[in-house]
Amino acid sequence: MKIVVCLKRVPDTTAKIKPAADGRTVDPQGVEFIISPYDEIALEKAVQLKEAGTATQVTVLCLGPANATKELRKAMAIGADDAVLLTEDRDFRDPAATAEVLAAALTELAPDVVFCGWKAIDNDSATVAGMIAARLDFAYASFVVGIEGVEGQNALRVRREVEGTEEQVLVPAPCVLTAQRGLAEPRFASLKGIMKAKRKPLETKAPADAENASDLVALQPPPPRAAGRILGEGAAGVPELVRVLRDDLGVL
Amino acid sequence: MSQNVLVFLETDGDSLRKPALEALGAGRALADGLGTQLHAVIAAPNASAVAGSARPLPADVLHVVEDAALSTSLSGPACRAVRTAATAAAAGYLIFPATVRGRDLLAVTAGALHAGAAADATAIEVIDGTVQITRPVFAGKAVQIVAARRVPFCIGTRPNAFAAPTDGEPGSVVSHELPSAGDAPAATVEEVRAPEVRAVDLTEAEIVVSGGRGFKGPENFHLVEELAAALGGVVGASRAVVDAGWRPHDEQVGQTGKTVSPKLYVACAISGAIQHLAGMSSSKVIVAINKDAEAPIFKVADYGIVGDVFEVLPALSAAIREARAG
Repeated sequence: MKIVVCLKRVPDTTAKIKPAADGRTVDPQGVEFIISPYDEIALEKAVQLKEAGTATQVTVLCLGPANATKELRKAMAIGADDAVLLTEDRDFRDPAATAEVLAAALTELAPDVVFCGWKAIDNDSATVAGMIAARLDFAYASFVVGIEGVEGQNALRVRREVEGTEEQVLVPAPCVLTAQRGLAEPRFASLKGIMKAKRKPLETKAPADAENASDLVALQPPPPRAAGRILGEGAAGVPELVRVLRDDLGVL
Repeated sequence: MSQNVLVFLETDGDSLRKPALEALGAGRALADGLGTQLHAVIAAPNASAVAGSARPLPADVLHVVEDAALSTSLSGPACRAVRTAATAAAAGYLIFPATVRGRDLLAVTAGALHAGAAADATAIEVIDGTVQITRPVFAGKAVQIVAARRVPFCIGTRPNAFAAPTDGEPGSVVSHELPSAGDAPAATVEEVRAPEVRAVDLTEAEIVVSGGRGFKGPENFHLVEELAAALGGVVGASRAVVDAGWRPHDEQVGQTGKTVSPKLYVACAISGAIQHLAGMSSSKVIVAINKDAEAPIFKVADYGIVGDVFEVLPALSAAIREARAG
C-alpha cells in the first residue's frame, strides 16, 4: 500500500501575522515556518503504518515555495521515503487551483492512500482534501483518529470523530483521509534520520496549469478591539460583571 | 450560467440547525444583492417531515431530498443530493453552514463541481456585480477578502456570523429522488457510537467558558463547568490544558484547535498565548478573569476581573444563578 502525505509549509502558531505592504501576503519578517500541525500528525501515522508493514512506501507531496525543501527534508528525516515539491509561482492560489494541481500530481504518483491534515492552520479552509477526493473519485473519510489495515483487502478500517460521535468506517483504496488530533503523536527526527534524509530523493517540478476560481482582494489585519475595562479585583468585581451581563449584554 | 443561490439546510433530528438558518439568511441577502432566486435544499432521511414542520422559510424554491442513505455523517450521499438540487436550481452560488459536517460537504461538493470555494465566511457582499467574501485566516490573526471570478462557487457561513432570515413562505416545494452512488469506491460506516444527547459544538455555541492552566489540575475544572452551566454555555480549554490531558481535544480553542466567535467568551485563568488569542478574538464580547493584571488576555478583553479563579468563579456562578432565579 502506497501512501502520499500532502504537507503544507505554514507560519508557526507563535508567529505574529502582519500583512505585508502589498496588502496580499504575510510579512515574512521574523516568521518561522513549520509543517502544518495536522499534516504532521498525518505524516506520523503514515510512517507508523509503514513500520507496521501496512504501507510499503510513504511519499510526501508539497505545493510551496522553493525553500519548502527544508520541511520536506524534515518529513523524510521522520521517515518518509521520498518527496515531491511543486514549486509555487503565485502569491495567491485558491482552494480550487490548489486541489487541481495536487490532484494532477497525485494522478502521476498513483497512491492507494492520500493523507492530509483536516485543515492547514494558515488558510483555515479545510476544503482541499475533500476537493481532491471528489476530483479523483477516491473514497473519502475525514477527521480520522484511528487507522488499521484490513487483512486481505486493499482497504483501511478507520475511526473518525464527528461532533462527539465516533464511527468505524471501512474505506477502500484509493482513498483520501484527513487526520484529526488524537490519531498520532508526531515524533522528533533522530540524528540518524536526518543524515539518511539528505540522500533520499526529492523531486522539484512546476505545478500543472490551473486557474484560480477566486481573486485575492486583500489580506488585512483583523478589526481592532476597543479598549476594555477592569471591573474590579477578586470577588469584589462579581456584582458589576453580573450587572453588565444582565443589563448591557442581556445574556442572563 | 445562472447566478441563483442554493443553501444547504443541515438538519438535526426533526429540525433545522441554527447555523443552517443563518446560512439561509446569508443566502437571502446574496440572492437579493444579485437579483436572483434563492433556493434551499433539505437532504435527510426525514426531509419531508422537517420541511413540513420548519418555520416558514423565505426561499423561492425549497428542494426536498428524502432517502435513508442520507442518515450517514459521510458526505457522499448528501453531496449527490446537493448536486441534484443545484442542477434543478441552476445554482451559481452554493452556501453551506460552516459546521463540521457542512464544511466537509462543501469541500466534496466543490471538488465534484470543479467549483471555487471560500470556507468559513463572516461576510458576503455584492460589489459591482462581483461576490466578495470576507473570511478570517490564521485563526483570526488576519482577514482575507476574496472575490469569486466564476460560478459555480461554494461559500461556507461561519456560525454566529449571520442573522437568520425573517419568515416568509417558500414559493414552491419540489421533491427529488436521491441519485444512486455509481461505481466509484466509497467509504461505508460499519459502526456508530453516538452520545445520547449531541453536545453543542464549540464553534456553534453562543456562550463559551474556557479554562487554562491556572486551574492547577483537571479536578478543579468543575468550576468552569459550573460557570458554563449557569450561563447556558459550553466549556472550552486552552492548549496547555488539552496537551496536559486534563480536557479532551475537541474542547481546545486556538489556532491548532477550534476558532470560535460566540456572543460571549469568558476566559478563566488563561494568560492569552498568541495562538489562543487567535482562536477567540473574533468573539463579540470577551470577559477575562485572571490573577495577573499584566496577562495578555486583558488586551483583548472587553471586561476583566483581576483575581483568583478559585475565589471569583464560585462567587460568579452563584451570583448568576441568583440573578437568573430572581
